Amino acid sequence: MAEHDNTIELTSVNETESQFHDSHSTVAFAPEQVPIRFDETWFSYNSEAAVRDINFSITPGEFAAILGPNGSGKTTLMKLALGLLKPTSGRVLLFGVPSDRFTDWYRVGYVPQRTQATESRFPASVREVVSFGTYSGFDPFAMFKSKKSAQRVDDAMELAGVRNLADRRVSDLSIGQQQRMLIARSLVRRPDLLVMDEPVAGIDAAGEEQFHSMIRRLNRDLGITIVMVSHDIGAVMREATTIACINTDIVFHGPVHQLDAQALSGLYGFPVDVLMHDPEHTHR
Amino acid sequence: MNRAIVASVLVGATAPAFGVFLVLRRLSLMADTLSHVALAGVAVALLTKTFAPAVALVTTTGAAVSIEELRMRRLLPGDAALAVFLYGALAVAVVLISIAEGFNSTLFSYLFGSVLTVSTTDLWWMAILAVVIALFMVLFSSELAQVTFDADLAKINGVRVHLLNLGLAVLTGATITVSMRVVGLLLVGALIVIPVLISLRVTQGLTRTVVASSIIGIFVAVTGMVVAFYADIAPGGSVVLTAIGLLVIVEAVAVARRLSNRSKSHQAVEMQQHAHAHESHAHGSDDDPEEGVNAGTQSHR
Repeated sequence: MAEHDNTIELTSVNETESQFHDSHSTVAFAPEQVPIRFDETWFSYNSEAAVRDINFSITPGEFAAILGPNGSGKTTLMKLALGLLKPTSGRVLLFGVPSDRFTDWYRVGYVPQRTQATESRFPASVREVVSFGTYSGFDPFAMFKSKKSAQRVDDAMELAGVRNLADRRVSDLSIGQQQRMLIARSLVRRPDLLVMDEPVAGIDAAGEEQFHSMIRRLNRDLGITIVMVSHDIGAVMREATTIACINTDIVFHGPVHQLDAQALSGLYGFPVDVLMHDPEHTHR
Repeated sequence: MNRAIVASVLVGATAPAFGVFLVLRRLSLMADTLSHVALAGVAVALLTKTFAPAVALVTTTGAAVSIEELRMRRLLPGDAALAVFLYGALAVAVVLISIAEGFNSTLFSYLFGSVLTVSTTDLWWMAILAVVIALFMVLFSSELAQVTFDADLAKINGVRVHLLNLGLAVLTGATITVSMRVVGLLLVGALIVIPVLISLRVTQGLTRTVVASSIIGIFVAVTGMVVAFYADIAPGGSVVLTAIGLLVIVEAVAVARRLSNRSKSHQAVEMQQHAHAHESHAHGSDDDPEEGVNAGTQSHR
């Protein structure tokens, strides 16, 4: 373990020609199995660094949380991972392929914090939006094949708990219902990786618990790798297996039970104390 | 008159249907910008004595591609790029018009619309462009819907967002070129936007919204044109005022319905409260001399 300023390295990267090792397990992953890998990644907006020298990976089956204060680069990091932004230097690999050249999008689901449609009176129903998840490339005859995909759409809505909202207009949904709809959309093709950007922002406590319960099921029962961007420390420590703390640089990366007050203080720039209300609660 | 009706139907069907994707993506200003670019194209055509719709199509296509590239490469923010092209095109038009020794009736017909003077050539031109626009919307319906919902999500879903945006921008220019003889370049944006606002109020589902926008567009275009013919007023203004009138009616009905629902729910709450109070009173104190016979015959502790 090495310490550099307020950065704690807990993961050693031991890369051979065709293998990637996660030092917290003895499992070796081929590069194409690794959902996301940041390799000396930098990104700047107008010559001001938004993320700096990012080096870490997310391994299959992880429930990884990205934690940081506002403006720390969390969303930028996710957009780099998904190829929505191109790194200024370094590289970002999605299942072993540079993210801006990645094409197997059926393997990836994305739930943004907000969509463009949130701001307008988008007239589509929930079912229509979830059906977007069946898209597999330009096909002018797609509308004649809708019966086959209808079952997958129904299953995805059932899994995300929005089956009863199928015919409701998207613009009439609450924030929590919209998030569930977006998750349903992502689940239609049963992705290997699900990336969520602050998915519980604006949702009440009951809705949050339902949401986390569903995500836990997706990770544990279906084996979907989850990456969740959040600024909610409590939720992250309860739900995630690993955590990356970012404030332009990576301040901490490792198992969530190793995240301590010192790392959090370094992250936020003021003293932070962690109080566990449930001493029996174990981290996975 | 027959040609005018056909032109009105073509424009009424095409412009608002395409406008759904502009309005929902908050790109309504794109229509205004490209209508000013089309004006510059018309000015060039009048000066060089060439076919105005073709030159307008070329200028709007060039501007649309440039705006989209500037936006995509983040060289200029979206609204700034639109402003540069809008005022730049207007300035070009003004200069060219001054070189051509001022306004003439042909220029006015493009500025304010002149559906009654539409020629057969104009009609063929409009029909071809309308078919191309309709084909684009049908073939790329899924992609358009996804990009309209959210461009980032569409990209991650495998949609070629940049190409689609280019196609949208170019066809916006084509839509304006189709529409300019009916409502005029100054008001074409209104025909693209207002029927969409009406259909968003009355329909559900993206496909139905597109179809409803077309139907509403045809209705306001033909009605406005007929009114203009008999009242001898500018057809462009007549069409747009018809659209606005219909929008006001639809919004007024929506407000009335909301007020009526609110009043009904208040009445329901009051009735519930009244029933609850009555029930409490009926099971109330034994000592109350005002108690009725029923209460008096009830068994007590």
